[in-house]
Amino acid sequence: MFESFDATLLARFQFAFTVSFHIIFPAFSIGLASYLAVLEGLWLLKKDEVYLELFNFWKTIFAVAFGMGVVSGIVMSYQFGTNWSVFSDKAGPIIGPLMGYEVLTAFFLEAGFLGVMLFGLNRVGPKLHFLATLMVAIGTLISATWILSANSWMQTPAGFAMNEAGQFIPVDWWAIVFNPSFPYRLTHMVLAAYLTTAFVVGACGAWHLIRKTAPRRARKMFSMAMWMAAIVAPIQIFAGDMHGLNTLEHQPAKVMAMEGHYQSHPDGAPLILFGIPNSVEKRVDYAIEVPKLSSLILKHDLNAPLAGLDTIPEELHPPVGIVFWSFRVMVGLGFAMLGIGLWSLWCRYRGTLDSNVWLHRAAVAMGPAGFVAVLAGWVTTEVGRQPYTVYGHLLTANSVAPIAAPAVAASLIAFIIVYFFVFGAGTFYILRLMARLPRDPMPDLDEGPLRSSGIMPGPATLSTHASTHGGHHGV
Amino acid sequence: MEFDLPFIWAGIIAFAVLAYVILDGFDLGVGILFPFFPEKHDRDVMMNSVAPVWDGNETWLVLGGGGLMAVFPLAYATILPALYAPIIAMVIGLIFRGVAFEYRWRTRRAEYLWNWAFSGGSMLAAFAQGITLGALVQGIPVENRAYVGGWWDWLTPFSIMTGIAVVVGYALLGSTWLVMKTHGDLADRARDLALKCSFGTIAAMGIVSLWTPFLEPQYLDRWFGFPTAIFSVIVPALVLGCLYALITGIRSRHDSRPFLAALGLFVLGYAGIGISFYPYMVPPSLTIWDAAAPEESLSFLLAGALVLVPIILAYTAYSYWVFRGKVDPEEGYH
Repeated sequence: MFESFDATLLARFQFAFTVSFHIIFPAFSIGLASYLAVLEGLWLLKKDEVYLELFNFWKTIFAVAFGMGVVSGIVMSYQFGTNWSVFSDKAGPIIGPLMGYEVLTAFFLEAGFLGVMLFGLNRVGPKLHFLATLMVAIGTLISATWILSANSWMQTPAGFAMNEAGQFIPVDWWAIVFNPSFPYRLTHMVLAAYLTTAFVVGACGAWHLIRKTAPRRARKMFSMAMWMAAIVAPIQIFAGDMHGLNTLEHQPAKVMAMEGHYQSHPDGAPLILFGIPNSVEKRVDYAIEVPKLSSLILKHDLNAPLAGLDTIPEELHPPVGIVFWSFRVMVGLGFAMLGIGLWSLWCRYRGTLDSNVWLHRAAVAMGPAGFVAVLAGWVTTEVGRQPYTVYGHLLTANSVAPIAAPAVAASLIAFIIVYFFVFGAGTFYILRLMARLPRDPMPDLDEGPLRSSGIMPGPATLSTHASTHGGHHGV
Repeated sequence: MEFDLPFIWAGIIAFAVLAYVILDGFDLGVGILFPFFPEKHDRDVMMNSVAPVWDGNETWLVLGGGGLMAVFPLAYATILPALYAPIIAMVIGLIFRGVAFEYRWRTRRAEYLWNWAFSGGSMLAAFAQGITLGALVQGIPVENRAYVGGWWDWLTPFSIMTGIAVVVGYALLGSTWLVMKTHGDLADRARDLALKCSFGTIAAMGIVSLWTPFLEPQYLDRWFGFPTAIFSVIVPALVLGCLYALITGIRSRHDSRPFLAALGLFVLGYAGIGISFYPYMVPPSLTIWDAAAPEESLSFLLAGALVLVPIILAYTAYSYWVFRGKVDPEEGYH
């Protein structure tokens, strides 16, 4: 079945598949690590056990998600060499050091303190343990910083020269790291990670509020998540708009594809809300549009002229259909998140945050929304970059390794099988963990071990009860 | 004084790979030994002995790969396509093994599945790493900045042999780690296995060492030409010293000595490969200087590495210190 595909297309499928799986875990663990640090900090500050219980509950889920993130990340770090070796050779002198710094400043920090965070509360005491949790959280943010810098450089390359071997040579590292789209992309991604986590935590809290299990912990969880949604969703919409303006400046073709502007609009472009992009006829069929609104949003002027894809050679068009739709999915979910956030504020004002079942049901339904929005956003930005890997300088077709299609096909099939099996099981375990709220320190052994990551049998606690049993931990 | 940046970086990458081999080596070894310990209780203790540190250990592999792309992009871009199948096999092995650390505790019904994933994944990853090593030692042809060999060139009797050698060697690291970290019956059986793995490792190292010089004229010259032949006296002598420390350590129940001696064996084997290799990055095609990234990339990352690697080593050591001593088998059973 793969005879009709070429190696480049297969390599792109493989990259899209593995990176899409991978991005889910960092998006979750960036937000969750910060949440854990906040929970432990509140516990130390307020001495309220509910925060420790929530910390232990989410710590276990974090461990499972982090493990999946690590292993899917190893695939990424080798795939640049196996499938995109020409890209690695040419862009390696710039992308490589950025990723090298990611490993040195973030991966080791996360991995080194993760063990202490998961297993060490009784060995190092609460203060040092909090420090370990903070290090893990900071590590995830540093990691995002470097990887977004590398990705942004591929979108808006700066600070380089080319040598005779066709390699990108760094000239100004400051310009490379802080390339034009980096601040917007980093902000947008970190906020997206926080929102993603907020909606997962919110859905879990809402689920337990509906089921009336452990009401105090569920209330606390739900309330914290809804504050996050109410505060971050509007900020994210503003940040997304800034990012869009930046993209219009540096990657106009991507914005044209997002907006479905096949034609130029010399006196004010409409905003196409929905429609079916038709790349053969170069128009959007069945379009529902608001006149002049696109010009107003992008240029802040109703009659500003806006160029369309007709100003760009056809072989340099990104695939319009995919970008058009993924962008709408992302924006639609963003506004739905804002809606939940505002609704929760209203309920909070009315004092019905813990009792409004419809809000809880909506929050449960929106649990996966962050993941879908993150994936849609990445599809928009990465597919919108096509046909380039390094925008304007290196075509995707000229980046691929000298490999045979059957080999890429075979490894693609292997990854698909392994990922669905392994990450399917992981998702099942995470959902099952979420369905049980943190229970009292003694686990119900009849239902199977409920250890947090191997060593501790139940939620680790420093209460008198546990420390009499656990006195030998300090050995 | 002019700094030879590619040379310095070759040293740092070599250090990262060595750190990976000895650190992830013992935790992969624990997985490889799972079939010899069928009891659930033993397996719980074995896994717990490495659970807090395995993630940090594996990060050295990411540094090896990511660092190679950063400072020797041409080596990265030619080695990985040449070793496509073993690299994919390695990452798939590492996926199964890595998730097993968490999943195994989440289910009782499917526990056997994740035992199998942990053990099988560890073996697959170790074997693939050994094949990768063998394929690199036997040489990778490069022309016009691209790999020009065939699809199955990596698969030779020599690379199969190095694959087996790495599996046995990791099992030795794993068994001596268990001797150091466990009590009682489990430790006794680990001692027994460590003894067997010692002889297996020495035999495998011997075969690979005698085979290697005949793969490339340069290797032969290094080991048997003057003045470098001094190494071919010193290295085997030190290997015998380590072997002695290993076996007497096991017999006399000095529980940390066998692990240290096994580490010594690995360092010596690694040095032996280095003696054959230098100054190649991808023998017989690319030297360190051919494969190096531009000066601007090397110096930018070096500034960070010189500050950060010592810090990383410090907190890694701290993390090992937090979890020092024997694993308490009761710790998992409150």
